[in-house]
Amino acid sequence: MKRDPANNISVTGVPSPKSWREIPIGGVITDAGNSEEYHTGGWRSFRPIWDWQKCVNCKVCWIYCPDGSIRIRDGAVAGIDLDYCKGCGICSKECPHDAIKMIEESAAEAEAKVKQ
Amino acid sequence: MVLNLEPISVERDLLAPGHRLCAGCAETIVVRQILHAVGEPVIVASSTGCLEVATSPYPYTSWRVPWIHSAFENAASTISGVETMYRALVKRGKIEDKGLKFVVFAGDGATYDIGLQFISGAMERGHRFLYVCLNNEAYMNTGIQRSSATPFGAWTTTSPVGKETPGKTQHRKDITAIFAAHNIPFVAQAAPHAWRDLMSKAKKAIAADGPSFINVIVPCQRGWRYAPGDTIELSRLAVDTCVWSLYEVVDGEWRLNYYPNPKKPVTDWLKSQGRFQHLLKPENKHVVDILQAEVDRQWTKLLERCKVS
Repeated sequence: MKRDPANNISVTGVPSPKSWREIPIGGVITDAGNSEEYHTGGWRSFRPIWDWQKCVNCKVCWIYCPDGSIRIRDGAVAGIDLDYCKGCGICSKECPHDAIKMIEESAAEAEAKVKQ
Repeated sequence: MVLNLEPISVERDLLAPGHRLCAGCAETIVVRQILHAVGEPVIVASSTGCLEVATSPYPYTSWRVPWIHSAFENAASTISGVETMYRALVKRGKIEDKGLKFVVFAGDGATYDIGLQFISGAMERGHRFLYVCLNNEAYMNTGIQRSSATPFGAWTTTSPVGKETPGKTQHRKDITAIFAAHNIPFVAQAAPHAWRDLMSKAKKAIAADGPSFINVIVPCQRGWRYAPGDTIELSRLAVDTCVWSLYEVVDGEWRLNYYPNPKKPVTDWLKSQGRFQHLLKPENKHVVDILQAEVDRQWTKLLERCKVS
């Protein structure tokens, strides 16, 4: 994971720790499901890539994803949420139509840079 | 009960992403499936374990539903209290009955060992809740120590492999049968690869008038020593080798949900994981034979109970 050397926090979206003045009394967490703020995508060393010609929208990947990272848009599979995908490869392995391929994260990042 | 992924997949997950469970962990696969099956309004209690630690590192929580954790052993007692308070407040007319559901997620350490008497007590008292055991067959959260759910011959840090012992020297206990013996309305065993079976069991369990128990096998890539992407494949293999059988006990009647054909040898199961690698050596063949005999014995017993020939 890339880190900001100045304050040693992730630059991929993990917020800096709150000071005690910002924390509610009793340390209560008031925002249910706020782990969304913590992006586990930085753990990933392999990235799932879809072949949209092969995907039949069966959603088997969705039911087996441990991180709820398969995006569903308008009732259809719309790829992966890279903020949270840890790159385990279950979707790729279980896809009944072999539509998901795992590629190395560094290769995927390099490719994304070329496209830019 | 026919389940279809189309309508379910557009619902929001009740467990938020960003939790810190290992890549490829089956626990959240099971939790997501069960929470989609049960639906809101629901209150969840967890005992100490991987799921509890990884979904609630301060100041974060992954739970979009009310969630309570107090200690390792007492999730069943905690949910008993919550359920009783709810019933009492409804009875006194202080709150409206919204049909609240109560679910416990606990590991095998908390269920088989540490929390056994607490769960037994809660079931005997007849509280209306679903207890889900996420069974990864050892204390994985603290670094792979053996539990009474660990199978015979498996390596863990406290059942080492060497000249003296070939891994764990005891068979695991049949906790599902122990809870079936409590004569509660619904008891079942399930696995995450069979999501339709697991989700319909969760629906039946939550609809039962009384306590219910589902024991789910959750492959653990760190503790079992396999590649993270193989999680679902291992769940399938466990069922096909009869190491883990899918069945339910509804009001005392045993029903088999899946009959593997062909029934694969237990060596297929052992080959798939690092924790059993030592058993593949020729000098440990007798250990494999003992394990296969035990698996066959349990399977035959289950078929008799389910009246399947």
